Amino acid sequence: MNGIHISKREDLPKKRETVIRILAVILSIVCAGLVIWILGYNPIRVFPSMISGALGTEIRLQQTILKAIPLIVTSLGILVAFKMKFWNIGGEGQIIMGALAASYVALNMDGLPKGILLSLMALAAMIAGGLWAFIPAFFKAKMGVNETIFTLMLNYIAIKYVTYLQYGPWKSPESQGFPKVATFSDNAVLPKLFGIHIGWLIALLLVVIVYIFINHTKKGFEISVVGESRETARYAGMNIATIILIAMFISGGLCGLTGMIQASAVEKTLSANLSGGYGFTAIITAWLARLNAIAVLFVCIAFAILLQGGAYIQISMQIPAAVADMMQGIILFFVLGSEFFLQYKVNLAGSFRKAKEVA
Amino acid sequence: MKKLLVILLVLTLSMTAMAGCGGDTGGGDGGAEDVTTIGFLYIGPITDGGYNQAQHEGYTAVKDYFGDSVNLLYAENVAEDIQAVKTNAINMIDNGASIIIATSFGHMDGMEELANEYTDVTFLHFSGYKKNDTNFGNYFGAMEEARYLSGIVAGMTTKTNKLGYVAAYPYTEVRIGINSFYLGAKSVNPDVTMNVVYINSWGDAALEQAAAESLLAQGCDVLTQHADTSAAQTAAEKAGCYAVGYNIDNSAVAPGSFLTAPVWHHEAYLIPVIEKIIAGEYVPESYYGTMADGYIGLAPLTSLVSDEAKTEVEKVQDQIVAGEYPIFVGPLKDNEGNVVVEEGKALTTHDEIWAIDWVLEGITAIQ
Repeated sequence: MNGIHISKREDLPKKRETVIRILAVILSIVCAGLVIWILGYNPIRVFPSMISGALGTEIRLQQTILKAIPLIVTSLGILVAFKMKFWNIGGEGQIIMGALAASYVALNMDGLPKGILLSLMALAAMIAGGLWAFIPAFFKAKMGVNETIFTLMLNYIAIKYVTYLQYGPWKSPESQGFPKVATFSDNAVLPKLFGIHIGWLIALLLVVIVYIFINHTKKGFEISVVGESRETARYAGMNIATIILIAMFISGGLCGLTGMIQASAVEKTLSANLSGGYGFTAIITAWLARLNAIAVLFVCIAFAILLQGGAYIQISMQIPAAVADMMQGIILFFVLGSEFFLQYKVNLAGSFRKAKEVA
Repeated sequence: MKKLLVILLVLTLSMTAMAGCGGDTGGGDGGAEDVTTIGFLYIGPITDGGYNQAQHEGYTAVKDYFGDSVNLLYAENVAEDIQAVKTNAINMIDNGASIIIATSFGHMDGMEELANEYTDVTFLHFSGYKKNDTNFGNYFGAMEEARYLSGIVAGMTTKTNKLGYVAAYPYTEVRIGINSFYLGAKSVNPDVTMNVVYINSWGDAALEQAAAESLLAQGCDVLTQHADTSAAQTAAEKAGCYAVGYNIDNSAVAPGSFLTAPVWHHEAYLIPVIEKIIAGEYVPESYYGTMADGYIGLAPLTSLVSDEAKTEVEKVQDQIVAGEYPIFVGPLKDNEGNVVVEEGKALTTHDEIWAIDWVLEGITAIQ
């Protein structure tokens, strides 16, 4: 009877795992529903409206996919770094630097044929994002500098640098003094396929590529080994520094590609808030997907449903933005919280049954 | 992966189950016939005590006027990027909106794209300059008229002869306001100078307050702002100084400092134009409302304003409304010494005024 006792789970039966997950979802719905009800809205209408708002019609489905694309590509980038237990919190900055490089190409070489221009933009974005991630990787590999703080801080440098360009040297002369970078020519805009820009195709391809890379190539295996145990990697004769540098270049490169996709297909220009928080959200989605590339696809789609559903109910039911955000927060809280109960056992005064109620 | 599918499945099932009980599957499509759905996009919250509140007053007036024949939607905090504008507007169109009204300058490119994609929806954009021939128009107003009048009040109230101006961006619209306010003050007080601080945001209460405090510290004793919130007025009140508001009549927020404010009456444009759109008679235009139209106004002068200033304002206001009082009359020099309006000339047309890319001599602007 000495209060709460937390211990790591040895093995979790499939059934129990499913129960915990379902419980988390139900509790989140009940809890969010309660809040909505207190605020004077009808929860019985809000939830179905959220789902139908994300999937109900072709337009809504397109909107959901549009939100999933940057999330998937960024999550894949984050995944590669996290697989190695390299905490890349710098997705935002890598997206921005990718967008910056893509924009440089788009604005200065727009005479090139569309295919070549777009390929160059993507290449530039991946190199720029990769290099932005390479900097903390270098210091980590050579000097053991903490990568969490380093990558986080590089976000702000990237954002401030683009802000500077937006207000200064890159300010469009046609904007009458408003701090805005010039709009890309049509040549630099990703084409559409089935009503949505082809970023969706890129995202799907990348899911497969990253899955194969991590699970079926030597480099991917090495990355996993470095993540599991550096000692093992060292005994196996792997060059840890090189592996860190390569993996981070890939991680940053993928984030950079998100920047190119968003700049080219969505904003048609460069702006400091183009990353839209995807660099941070992707940490959640990559984690929820348990660093599995295929799972990333589904988690990101589920997350995009939450985003689009939230945006939709704001409009259709005229719910304030803050309430929709709070609902997303509550749902996320429970789903993430359930991860804890999947990995740890909580014994409240020795009784497991009670522990589940806490969940 | 299986687990995830299970989660998704359960999520969907439980929600559809709930929907079954309710019998009403949300959606919210304004099904009834002859009801026009109109969506408003705001850059900030409707309770910001300024810009967005003024826009939302237009919304309320439209609602009162048209009653049940319209279904109004709005979205707050719509960022000035294409993604945010399109997401919100498309969700509105999906809910039956046939008119979309975006109210911040940076919503322009998103609106242009939407107008090309949704040709049966009418798009109205406040403060922008883009339009097309079929379904995309813009509207704005001669705020310089009311700014000038409020400048007269400021010029006759200041004791330090130093005015302070919290400004958004060094952009044409903002510069027009800065210059006209200063000209109003100068017309009654030749010794007056003005300091401007740009906050590089359309609205941010914390930045606006910081800028206001720095202006007060520089010795400015009458403040005004071209930014969304009422932070400058409250900062002035705290310091025992005066303030001219903007967007709406904020006399209740800072009764100790509030003199007057140049204000928008968006309904003066929105009601007639919505009537036209519904009747199918709308032709895209660049509307530029004036004080004479009732689109621009000046909030009632409070008891803090001297009788002398009241008389002067009334006199000039009558002339402005009568169209006999141009604001930008030469000779005018900018603060780098260049002649920007020659003697004997005046800026009278919209295009002349909207080419202003300078601030006048006597104004110090910090970026």
